[in-house]
Amino acid sequence: MSTTLSNEMIKQIMLDHYQNPTYKKKISDRQNYIVLHARSHNCIDNIHIYLKTNNNIIQQCFWDGEACVITASSTDIMCGLVINKTKKEACQIIEEYFKMIEEKKFKEDILQEAIVFVNVSKQLARVKCATIGFNALYNMIKSEAEKNNA
Amino acid sequence: MFNVNEIRKKFPMFKVKMQGKRLVFFDNAATTFKPITVINNINKYYVLQTSNSQRGDYDLCYNVDKTILETRGLVAKFINAKTEEIIFTSGTTMSINLVAFGYGMYFLKSGDEILLTEAEHASNVLPWFNIAKITGAKIKFIPLTKDGRLTIKNVKKTVSKNTKIIAIALVTNVLGFYVPIKEITLFAHSKNIIVIGDGAQYVPHKRTNVLDLDIDFLSFSAHKMCGPTGIGILYGKKMLLEKMNPFLTGGGMNDSFDIKKNVVYLDPPEKFEAGTLNIAGIFGLKAAIEFLMKIGMKNIEEYEKKLRCYAINKMKKNKNIVIYNMGAEAPIITFNKKNVFAQDEATFLNSRGIAVRSGKHCAKMLDAFLKVAATLRVSFCFYNTTEEIDILIDALKEDNFLDVYYSK
Ligand SMILES: Cc1ncc(COP(=O)(O)O)c(C=O)c1O
Repeated sequence: MSTTLSNEMIKQIMLDHYQNPTYKKKISDRQNYIVLHARSHNCIDNIHIYLKTNNNIIQQCFWDGEACVITASSTDIMCGLVINKTKKEACQIIEEYFKMIEEKKFKEDILQEAIVFVNVSKQLARVKCATIGFNALYNMIKSEAEKNNA
Repeated sequence: MFNVNEIRKKFPMFKVKMQGKRLVFFDNAATTFKPITVINNINKYYVLQTSNSQRGDYDLCYNVDKTILETRGLVAKFINAKTEEIIFTSGTTMSINLVAFGYGMYFLKSGDEILLTEAEHASNVLPWFNIAKITGAKIKFIPLTKDGRLTIKNVKKTVSKNTKIIAIALVTNVLGFYVPIKEITLFAHSKNIIVIGDGAQYVPHKRTNVLDLDIDFLSFSAHKMCGPTGIGILYGKKMLLEKMNPFLTGGGMNDSFDIKKNVVYLDPPEKFEAGTLNIAGIFGLKAAIEFLMKIGMKNIEEYEKKLRCYAINKMKKNKNIVIYNMGAEAPIITFNKKNVFAQDEATFLNSRGIAVRSGKHCAKMLDAFLKVAATLRVSFCFYNTTEEIDILIDALKEDNFLDVYYSK
């Protein structure tokens, strides 16, 4: 991925999503969303993910809370990636992201900006931060699917 | 003579690298490295002396009992207590739970008060929350001053006629201020209040004299003073230990029992040591205390003070650093880098081979006081050097904390 993004661009993308997040919002109508609270014990992260779906489409995906730069930027980028996607497409994106974090072969193109986290695996203590939002959303989509199948 | 280079040679961990770099370990408040003498003495138990204590008439067993007794005596000497006032536990957490459930639970009643501070470690908060729930006693917090100190004035203000226990750290693990413990025990005893000290961050750094401090109970962990994990101490005044009930019962702590449920417990300290002890841990602890005593606690204290001074002076020159405990006495510096989240800076330091702690450091009630969600903490041990501090100071000057995530 070093072929596509310079160091300066990686830094800019992370900082942009951290300092001016697009999808970080205070939600007043919580009842209209599926909400999941995610936190980590070794970092400060304490976030809520808000999800609204219509049939199989992810209409809205927001987050809010306290987060380090890695958690904030990765969660913000994730929201942008999944909005207007089907649940299945969203899950595919998340699965590709997990492959990248686990240093496996992955599809660069569908991850778009999220490839800035390709080196997180070198900082073991931060893998949790880079995946906390992705894990939460993945679990939300999966458990909703189970509910609907039940 | 205190010679840090000679001392460092005794610690195998200094051969280890982190992120391909020379390892700089500044998380000594969490745990410390072990000198080879400690490791060897643990091995000695497993390789040459394995047997259980108090349970046999053969030589191996006799030698193990002898080492346990010697270690008890050595710990007593180390803190100026009597041998029979030293209880082996698994660590500070277990020690505090033993006092809380063995003493607090039996002698507190509804309406009594337990005094803590907001800076306490979880281990000195949660057991008391439980005891308060069980006994109906109330928890009250002694306020800290603006800069984070515990003063005798605030202790006096908070104590009421219902106060029965003051449970406080002798030095807090986030801010590193020593508390005026002698004044506190003097005042508390005049009101028949028991003072229970958390010595986890105190005993490893300061010559401890329980008689002089006149403290009623004191807990500490071997692993924070170059000893192994899983072994710690509860000191208690003899007359209090005689009143205290065991928290764990079982083998090793009873004298006799029969089918009519008549039970006779052993006398303290064995009364509080149910089950097979961490014997290897005791072997390790013995070597650790011998190691510390050979260097001398006064020398350790002086050297660590110099290290902290050196670091503070250099950090003060960096305008991007905010220090939260400038005037603290213990070898702990709590700080942040402006506009960088504590965890992000800690990860950056990791990439430079430097181990520091970030977060709330187990004193979760302190956020409201510090008014920041998380901080960085460096904590020194006598084996650290000014050269290592320079490595930290240089790394803190670097701006690109996101650097570690770039492809190389
Ligand atoms: C002040 C204080 N109290 C208690 C503890 C708990 O010690 P342990 O985990 O060894 O039981 C610690 C350790 O971090 C501490 O710093």
